[in-house]
Amino acid sequence: MNQFQGQALSWKLEQGIIELALHRAPCNEIGSLSLEELEKFASALSELEQSAHALVIHSEMKPGFCAGADLRELYTRSQQMEKNAAQTGVRDFVQRIHRVLNRIDSAPLTTIAAVHGVTFGGGLELALVCDLIIADKMARFCFPELRLGLIPGFGGIPRLKRDLGNAVVRDLLLTGRSFNATKAQQAGLASQVVSEGEALRAARATASQLGKFDRHTAKVAKSFIKPIPYDELEREIDLFCELFSEPAVEAGLKKFVESTDAQPYLP
Amino acid sequence: MPTAEQTLDEILSLAAAHFKVPREKLSPDDDFFKMLGIDSLQTLDLLTKLENHFRVELPDYELQGVSDFRTLAGKIQARL
Repeated sequence: MNQFQGQALSWKLEQGIIELALHRAPCNEIGSLSLEELEKFASALSELEQSAHALVIHSEMKPGFCAGADLRELYTRSQQMEKNAAQTGVRDFVQRIHRVLNRIDSAPLTTIAAVHGVTFGGGLELALVCDLIIADKMARFCFPELRLGLIPGFGGIPRLKRDLGNAVVRDLLLTGRSFNATKAQQAGLASQVVSEGEALRAARATASQLGKFDRHTAKVAKSFIKPIPYDELEREIDLFCELFSEPAVEAGLKKFVESTDAQPYLP
Repeated sequence: MPTAEQTLDEILSLAAAHFKVPREKLSPDDDFFKMLGIDSLQTLDLLTKLENHFRVELPDYELQGVSDFRTLAGKIQARL
């Protein structure tokens, strides 16, 4: 399936470049619909990879790349279920998103996240599966999960630790503060910072360049330099699910969902 | 280094231009959420604009409870 037009995302393959566009309002929050369509994409990847050398993931939504998990859906659904069922449902969701992200992480393609605006939580975790992050200068990166009594649950900590120094990981994780694109580039998170609105163009130019290299060599280089921390990812799922059963999480989600504060992302 | 008044003036001009509000309608003690009509995501935009313009880092938590341009200018001035 070289093309797909879904409700939360779309993809197309042209000239060896797969473009995965996120377009779920308001800011590509990842809930059950997005997950189903991401799973479709992961299933289609094996076929797409035969004719592609690069994957570019980007957002068509103005506020940003992705604001992370759909906390409203998570809260509403968990309220409608008995506690054990809610916990089982959360574990199932997290395991499914891990399978998708692991699949993209291990794709024998060079993968690029072209990001702008809000790149928070699960959105940052999606960007982190990519080999390169190209950031518009208005991009902002953040792991706000501690504010909800949680840790990032979509593979964020192991993948951030794979790429950056532990001090930077602790800063993002433990303070919950957001980094701008310049800071992200200084820290080694973003490989390029471009003008406002230029991230996708820069990602396409980079992806075109990658087409000049031998695919087998690029694949070998990637698998050598980018190991997937499977054990830590599994441990993260367990920790996330343990924390999700704590009362602080329900209170944190309730506060976020019901907030009319102009700055609900602040601790 | 700009003076506190210059910093404040630059913030007002920048906010007016970015959110397309007439500059003369903005005053130092205005509540910028109300005057600019911005939500949480747009507030992040403003924060990024200010960081890029003044080349400073403004940790989000330092801005908790800040809602007027003058106090915001003070936070930025302290990092110049």
